[in-house]
Amino acid sequence: MADVTVGIVVFPGSNCDHDTRYALDSLPDVTTRMLWHNEHDLRGSDIVVLPGGFSYGDYLRAGSIAKFSPVMREVVAFAGRGNPVLGICNGFQVLLECGLLEGALTKNRDKKFICRHMHVKVVNNRTIFTGLYRKDEVLSLPVAHGEGNYYAPPETVDMLEQNDRILFRYCEPDGRVSDEANLNGSVSAIAGISNREKNVVGLMPHPERASEELLGSVDGRRMFEGAVRHMLR
Amino acid sequence: MAYKAKIRVTLRPSILDVQGKAVQHALENLGYSTVDSVRIGKYIEMRIEGEDSGEAGSVAEDVCRKLLANPVMEDYSIELEKINQTD
Repeated sequence: MADVTVGIVVFPGSNCDHDTRYALDSLPDVTTRMLWHNEHDLRGSDIVVLPGGFSYGDYLRAGSIAKFSPVMREVVAFAGRGNPVLGICNGFQVLLECGLLEGALTKNRDKKFICRHMHVKVVNNRTIFTGLYRKDEVLSLPVAHGEGNYYAPPETVDMLEQNDRILFRYCEPDGRVSDEANLNGSVSAIAGISNREKNVVGLMPHPERASEELLGSVDGRRMFEGAVRHMLR
Repeated sequence: MAYKAKIRVTLRPSILDVQGKAVQHALENLGYSTVDSVRIGKYIEMRIEGEDSGEAGSVAEDVCRKLLANPVMEDYSIELEKINQTD
C-alpha cells in the first residue's frame, strides 16, 4: 500500500516544523514533505499540518500575514475539498486568521507566556484527528504560547458546542473543567475546535511534543496516527 | 493626489486587554491614582494615492478589513489627510 503523504507547511518563523516531521516520520506508512510558504503546490499531500512557531515574526497579529502566503491559498482549497488539515498552536492561529475556523486567539489571561504540560480533555472523538482517543479521555499535552486565549462571541461558542465542534478543553487531571485549569482564560476552556465538516482541526497544545516516552507523554501521537490510519482506510 | 492614512486598531471593549492592565498597574505603582481604563492599540500610517479622498479612503477601509484588523476582536478607525505634493 502507498504511504500517506503528510505536507508540513514551513513559514519564515515556523519552529515546530521539524518536531512535527519527526513525530510523523516515526509512524509507519508515512512520507513527509516540507512545503515552503511560497509554494503553489501541496505536492501530493493527503494531510496538511500547519506547525507551531512565529510565522512572519507574529508581526501585526499572530498568523495574520501567513494567511496571504501562496501555500495557504492551496491549503484553503485543499481543506475545502474535505481533506484533513491540522493547525497546531501558531498553525491554529493561521487557520483562524484565514477563516477556516471561527474565533480568535488573544493574549493569555494572566499576561504570562505559558510553557508547561496541561491536561486536556477529548470532548469529541469522532473526527479524523481524534478518532483514536476515548471520549472524555484526559491527555497530558504541552502548551507553549503567549496568545492562546481563545475568544469567540457567545453565539459562535453556542454554535460550536451544538455542532460538536469543540474537540478539546483544558481540564483538571480528573477531567473536571475548572477556571484554574483553564490557564490562558479561553472562553468555555476551549483548547481545540474543528470546522463544520470536521476535517479542519486547530488546537493550542502541541501533540508533536508528546509523541514519545522520552518527552514525558505519548498522548499526542494518536492524533497523527488517527489521521494517517483514516487515510489508509 | 496622495493622502496619508492614519489608522488606529483597538481591541473591542469586550476583549480583555492584558497589556493595558499591566501598564495601568505600573501607573498605579507610580502613584497615578486618577488613571484607569488603560487600553493599548496599534497605530499604523501609510501613504495612499487616489483621485480623491473617497478613493483613498476606500483603499484604507479595504486594507483594514483584509489585514490590519481582526473583526472578531478589533475595531479600527481611519483618518485621512491630504499630502501637499510640494512637501
